[in-house]
Amino acid sequence: MTDRTTFVRTRTVDSVPAPVLGRGAPSTTARTARTRRGRRGGSHVVAHLVLGVGGLLMAFPFVWQIIMSLSTNTEVQSVTPVFWPAELQWDNYARVFDRLPFLSQLQTSVTITVIRTVAQILLCTLAGYAFARMRFRGRGLLLALVLSILMVPSQVYLLSQYQLVQGFGLLDSLGGLVLPGLFSAFGTFLMRTAFLAMPAELEEAARLDGANPFQIFWKVMLPLAMPSISVLAITTVLWSWNELLWPLVVTTFSEKMPLSAGLATLIGDRTTDYPVVMAASLLAMAPVLILFIVLQRRVIDGLASSGLK
Amino acid sequence: MAGDGIWPWLFIAPLVAGISVFYFWPVLQTAFYSLTDWGVFGGWTFAGFANYVTLFADPALYLSLGNTLLYTAIVLLGIPIAVYLASLLNLPGLRFAGLYRVLFFLPYVAMPTAVAMVWRVIFNGDFGLLNHALAIVGIDGPYWISTPGAATVAVAIVGLWSSLGFSMIVLAAGLKNIPPEMYEAAELDGATRWRQFRSITVPLLTPSIFFVTIITVISSFQLFDLLYAILGSSNPVLPKSMSLVYFFYREGFVNNDKGYAAAIAMVIFLIIGIVTAIQFRLQKRWVQGD
Repeated sequence: MTDRTTFVRTRTVDSVPAPVLGRGAPSTTARTARTRRGRRGGSHVVAHLVLGVGGLLMAFPFVWQIIMSLSTNTEVQSVTPVFWPAELQWDNYARVFDRLPFLSQLQTSVTITVIRTVAQILLCTLAGYAFARMRFRGRGLLLALVLSILMVPSQVYLLSQYQLVQGFGLLDSLGGLVLPGLFSAFGTFLMRTAFLAMPAELEEAARLDGANPFQIFWKVMLPLAMPSISVLAITTVLWSWNELLWPLVVTTFSEKMPLSAGLATLIGDRTTDYPVVMAASLLAMAPVLILFIVLQRRVIDGLASSGLK
Repeated sequence: MAGDGIWPWLFIAPLVAGISVFYFWPVLQTAFYSLTDWGVFGGWTFAGFANYVTLFADPALYLSLGNTLLYTAIVLLGIPIAVYLASLLNLPGLRFAGLYRVLFFLPYVAMPTAVAMVWRVIFNGDFGLLNHALAIVGIDGPYWISTPGAATVAVAIVGLWSSLGFSMIVLAAGLKNIPPEMYEAAELDGATRWRQFRSITVPLLTPSIFFVTIITVISSFQLFDLLYAILGSSNPVLPKSMSLVYFFYREGFVNNDKGYAAAIAMVIFLIIGIVTAIQFRLQKRWVQGD
């Protein structure tokens, strides 16, 4: 936003005739900006109204979830809605830990997300660098093999991935949960693009200093790739934390599940304890939502530029 | 070809091995499985195109395809809304723009199974807020998550809610590339805001609009998480409201019919392939047209 505003103002000043500029550029800038805002001021009211009401609608389900998590089950199921509980039921959050193997699921979610993120960053930067900056036989063919996976919807490899993991005896284990997700065609594509855009001079200089290819990669090129690495880390964390289908397929016992699949087992009970379900859902989403709110700009720009979840 | 010796192989080996074993080989295997018939106790026989013949005669395919299309159509309604919201968000000097971005983007990053829990209650036929709100304006709302059709609409509303922020941000980035002089010139010519929106914003934004449309269509065809978590796996409405991917999941992992599931996967692959091909074709035309 700031960029564009600045741009508009500079442009406006540029187009102001010289005699006017003679009266002092700063005040002219301020005045032009004021006229501009004045002219468009009316529409900002509409913009705030639309974006404000829209934003509240977007956030409402989360707010409602928080309110329900602090209500009694009777209040949640009341035919006339209870918008604020008679008494805040903080105890619902404690009961999450009795109702679900919450801690072991949280631990599983954290573990698989950390392992996959670290593995993807390591393997994708290494391979992306080699594909972008090194010469070797069969490079084009191997790159095509990796990138062809980007065109394929995940259902196409899911059945066989399941059979492989089953064959390794890894169903209902951390190994089975993380395994295919250690490797990413998208991440390799992302990192290759990043390394392609870098200048060759740095590599040359390091080579003359006697650095071997790994040292060049690790000490010179990797630090320059940090913005793309953070995009890869963000997409991997979000995907791994939120993913449902793979954990659903490779785990059957709820103690072995990550949170995404564990929550799904709460649905369909005849006697649903809604407040506890809401509290559990909020706790399950919280780490990622907090991360998002802390890193907001980076996450939004990263996801929008990658075009992928 | 002068190469870098052993180094590149050390760099790519772990990734290429993993991709080959866990992605590339499975794709070939699924293509092959779609031509086989699996017994109840394991073991398979070659079946030629029998799975495809059965699949194309199976009403479940058309039902799940129809549900997926209905879902996609409703989620696509979010795009014109996102264009409008993005144009507001990009107004010069708009305050709280960062806050609005965060609010609209929040549903996109939230865990689908976790947000599904609150939406299940909002859609509840007896005590849900939605039907309560509808009752105020005199509409008797259905039992959303247990009525075929209404269930798909309910899931699609959540799909729209969760993808709106993403479309809006991508479109807002596209809007930044429109030179502001164009608006200034139009303003000098006395063009109204609405006229500027129609004659400058929409045409120059077409490539971005097209991009989010394709992304939305492709991700809508992958509908599974929200459907599964909002309706619940034991919901009797599921066979009537299932998506293509749920149909695949049911055949492959609930009914254990691997050959049939593989054929469904190949059909999903084909549909997504066609959408991607259309994207490439049109994108090329736009680039040349410039």
